[in-house]
Amino acid sequence: MPNLMQSPMPMAEAVSTPETIKVSHATTERVYRHRLLVRICHWLNVPCLVILIMSGLQIFNAHPALYWGDRSDRDHPLLSIRPMRTDGGELKGVTTVLGRQFDTTGVLGYSNDSARAFPAWATIPSAKWLAAGRQWHLFFAWVFVVNGVLFAAYGLYSRHFKNDLVPTRHDLTQIPQAVKDHLVLRHPKGDEARGYNVLQKLAYAGILFVVAPVIVLTGLTMSPTIDAAFPWLLTIFGGRQAARTIHFIACFSFVGFILIHVSQVMLTGFLNNIGSMITGWSTVRHEGVKP
Amino acid sequence: MKQQRTMARRGFLKGTVGAASLVALAGCDNLTQSAWFPGMLQKAQGLTEAAQRAITPANALAKEYNETDISKVFPANGNTDPGAQEYADMAQGNFAGWNVSIGGRVKTPMMYSLAAIKEMPARTQITRHDCVEGWSAIGMWTGVPLGDLLRAAEPLPTAKYAVFHCADVDDEGIAYYESMAVADCYHPQTIVAYELNGRPLDVPHGAPLRLRFERQLGYKQAKYIQRIELVESLEGIGMGRGGYWEDQGYEWYAGI
Repeated sequence: MPNLMQSPMPMAEAVSTPETIKVSHATTERVYRHRLLVRICHWLNVPCLVILIMSGLQIFNAHPALYWGDRSDRDHPLLSIRPMRTDGGELKGVTTVLGRQFDTTGVLGYSNDSARAFPAWATIPSAKWLAAGRQWHLFFAWVFVVNGVLFAAYGLYSRHFKNDLVPTRHDLTQIPQAVKDHLVLRHPKGDEARGYNVLQKLAYAGILFVVAPVIVLTGLTMSPTIDAAFPWLLTIFGGRQAARTIHFIACFSFVGFILIHVSQVMLTGFLNNIGSMITGWSTVRHEGVKP
Repeated sequence: MKQQRTMARRGFLKGTVGAASLVALAGCDNLTQSAWFPGMLQKAQGLTEAAQRAITPANALAKEYNETDISKVFPANGNTDPGAQEYADMAQGNFAGWNVSIGGRVKTPMMYSLAAIKEMPARTQITRHDCVEGWSAIGMWTGVPLGDLLRAAEPLPTAKYAVFHCADVDDEGIAYYESMAVADCYHPQTIVAYELNGRPLDVPHGAPLRLRFERQLGYKQAKYIQRIELVESLEGIGMGRGGYWEDQGYEWYAGI
């Protein structure tokens, strides 16, 4: 997307200037959208995030409750996911959020005849196995961080962040229209499809500049050694257990982002989108003007 | 017709995505149980240790809290009673005959009685215990700095690890042990504790002596310590990975 280079192949029918000829045919244009390093970082993130989320849920299952502050007061969790026995004697899954209880049998707390917070299909490994979950998590956390640092350095150096991701003042005025367009699934075409729209920029910028740094820093705040080296981490996140809670919220922000991102990729021309993230080249369609 | 096709396509998509994720998950499970993959994953441990040691000053202290921060209930995890008759007899007698020996790669092997340890200059610290499961509890610990015990024994330059041999044996008869780098033994907050919240340790919390190694996770905090052995290598002790939990796949370096 940066350096919107023209395709080396000349287009069959160029778009004419409106003053001379009002009528033009629909044309397609090949646009270089994603540079190599961006593509590599993007695809490295796919397995990393899936593994980090699923192994993270395995780790969460070892103590399926969240708290604020530094310590775990087990009588007052913000959230807990537990199996409970009903009066009839059978087990059900109960999720408690801020004191409110929900029956989540089958998914959370009790699923497939097993008392566990997140179900087997959502965790790595699928069986209850904290040590293995930690090994997966702490290995891919390194891959994710190294990948992220590389991407951040490149994003700054190449001005990818400044040119393509940070919304301009003009972008921000387009938010109401962009929201309307998204709600009716009206997607940008022609020149508008060359760059990211404002909601896209906000989503990417939010994930890159807020959620990703927060998830890494709260992960580090859970490390007792890092807390000794950088005690201010405990201060800014409100304590170790608060950091664990924020880590969990950031995780589900990623889950939400991934669901929306993938559905948008499918809705706006799946093959063109996937192809452009693999080769870098995207096809932009110009509608043309009918006589 | 069109609707039918959409439905069919949706069903197909759902089926494909479901099948693909099941295959991926089964693949992950196979990798977890393969011979080579966990070995690769564990390489991250060395990187984590090197990175954390590089950015953490050797004497940086774990955060110390106020008395008002102390947890009302400090959960006891792992083995909560050694179970052996010999230990039970000791507990009956308030551990009057309890000794801790320091041996292995030292110049002067030492033997400390519990009473002697309690007479040494003590350190009291209110710190946070972080369990590998994810919970934290805050407690006030009193004990003798491990460094003071070691200095008297004069470790040899070849001593790399301190191994803690403990009185507890699990249901399957496997004895608990733990180990840490000798360098970490001299951290000011690393103590052999005999009091929790102003009272002598009870049995679930490791009476009469347990380790507090504040910059690492809970499973490193060995309870019921009987013998401290300084070694050059962890091979030949237990399964050779440096501890009871380490032998079950947990990291030896438990700084995160």
